[in-house]
Amino acid sequence: MIDKSLAVFCQQIVKTYDTGSQKITALQGIDLEVHLGELMMLVGPSGCGKTTLISVMAGILDQDSGICSVFGEDLLKLKNHEKLKFRARNIGFVFQSYNLLPTLSAAENVSIPLIINGMKRQQAARKAAEVLALVGLADRTESLPSELSGGQQQRVAIARAMIHSPRLIVCDEPTSALDHETGQHVLELLKSVALDSSRALVIVTHDARIFEFADRIAQMDDGKVIRVQQSRVEH
Amino acid sequence: MNYIALKMLIGDRGKYLGIVMGLTFASLIMTQQPAIFLGLMSRSYSFVSDVGLPDIWVMDPKVQFVDDVKPMQDTELYRVRGVAGVAWAVPLYKGLIKARLYDGTFQTCNLIGLDDATLIGGPPAILSGKLEDLRRSDGVIVDIEGAKTKLAKAPESAGGNPIPLTIGDTLELNDRRAVVVGIAKNTRTFQSQPVIYTTYNRALLYAPRERKLLSFVIVKAKPGQNIDELALRINRTTGLAAYTQEQFKALTYNYFLKNTGIPINFGISVTLGFIVGAAIAGQTFYNFTLENLRQFGVLKAMGTSNGVLLRMILLQAVLVGSIGYGMGVGLTALFGYAMRNTILAFKFPWQLLVFSGMGVSMICVFAALLSIRKVIMLEPAVVFKG
Repeated sequence: MIDKSLAVFCQQIVKTYDTGSQKITALQGIDLEVHLGELMMLVGPSGCGKTTLISVMAGILDQDSGICSVFGEDLLKLKNHEKLKFRARNIGFVFQSYNLLPTLSAAENVSIPLIINGMKRQQAARKAAEVLALVGLADRTESLPSELSGGQQQRVAIARAMIHSPRLIVCDEPTSALDHETGQHVLELLKSVALDSSRALVIVTHDARIFEFADRIAQMDDGKVIRVQQSRVEH
Repeated sequence: MNYIALKMLIGDRGKYLGIVMGLTFASLIMTQQPAIFLGLMSRSYSFVSDVGLPDIWVMDPKVQFVDDVKPMQDTELYRVRGVAGVAWAVPLYKGLIKARLYDGTFQTCNLIGLDDATLIGGPPAILSGKLEDLRRSDGVIVDIEGAKTKLAKAPESAGGNPIPLTIGDTLELNDRRAVVVGIAKNTRTFQSQPVIYTTYNRALLYAPRERKLLSFVIVKAKPGQNIDELALRINRTTGLAAYTQEQFKALTYNYFLKNTGIPINFGISVTLGFIVGAAIAGQTFYNFTLENLRQFGVLKAMGTSNGVLLRMILLQAVLVGSIGYGMGVGLTALFGYAMRNTILAFKFPWQLLVFSGMGVSMICVFAALLSIRKVIMLEPAVVFKG
């Protein structure tokens, strides 16, 4: 029985990639829970399966076996269009390389999730301006990504990830392209604006400097979660 | 999402212009080359078009095209006149003749002999003089292009411009004197030789001696008479070939299609243009999608359906296709306008617009399909790859 009070519930998740010549098992029976209101970090060496795991959690990759339930929905049981709708409403993404659309202004980039969810463009643009103000970019709404610094681009990406109030935000190395100070600001921002008791944040990172922001840290190695521990720094 | 699709396309100016230019080139070559081809082919029957009045052309059954004159006996004219349904029938001479110019050189010309009484079959426009002046002694009318170029008098000084023939100038046609009494404007012929009009009987004097000299009998049907039926009746009654204007044009046109390399040469040119245009535009558009694949992946991860992504790509393809097509067709029209007074053949019927429109659409659909396949197969998890 899936506990609906959990944001994410993973049980015995296995994922194998078939590269033709060989099969690579990226996840080897992952068991993990992410609680509502929690900032969970996934850490571990490269190739240990962190990104595969958040892809499964975000519903953009199907596991071969096991259960991945997000807010009580078993993602594997959803039909394609249901999964699309689920993602559009409930999942926000923050990427290592920002993945902003280069020909769209900051406000237009931020408004994309709202437009996907059916909001009119002008209305979405107004809301995007508000959210950009929230992340400290009120004066850069019309700037193209190429006109923004790395930290500003990541703030735009955060604004995009949270504009439609998703209940789960997955972040892949959100600070790896940023200097220490900017990385700290980005994490502070994420935690302050995107996290509350009805939401959860899952961050994949190598960056030990931001571990202090985690509520719990899941250590992964070789496709398994080898340890889950409380963050050493209490907030 | 349409807005986002358009901004993705137009925002990258360099690639956008590249795709549009590729399609413009494809569209240009798919309209301009066939337009020249059609213009050239229409010249093959321009004489028939210029002699607009008769409904039916009667000739020897062995005639294959308008310049392939096989003379008939003069008595055939009376046989045709005797066929029921014929309002009038007049003789027309058409043949090649050598004109001796002022400087002693010779120039091959088309000699047209019009019925002495009615002068039916004359040029479509007289620029100076009158058609009736052909009845004056030794009178001939010369077409303006011939008068200005191939029949023109030598320049007064070395390196000067040739002096165009004018009314009152004389020529020597087959050792006989001919006096220019008018200058006419007619449609350029396939061989672009000067055209000299005179009366039928004078034409027979100029023409080399042959046993038979009647080239065509041109016929007007009585009001209410079905022209196709009349043509058939003339054929059955006289044994001569009788064609309506359109049939005679088609006969000539088809002869050139079948017996010259023109269609093949132009066909190769158009096909190459199509392939090159398709390759440039298709490749650029495909590359554009490939380079945006990550962005499509982001949209897919965020919950955009394949259907919406397809619509976005199709919209992009339709936009660049429409602009490229419009620019290509516009450039072709400009080319035609700029060349209207030159020797270049050019004909731009609406069918050609449809043809090139279909060609450009095929290129866009092909490029879009290639791109769409890539986007449909795209795994949204690609967004997490570095």
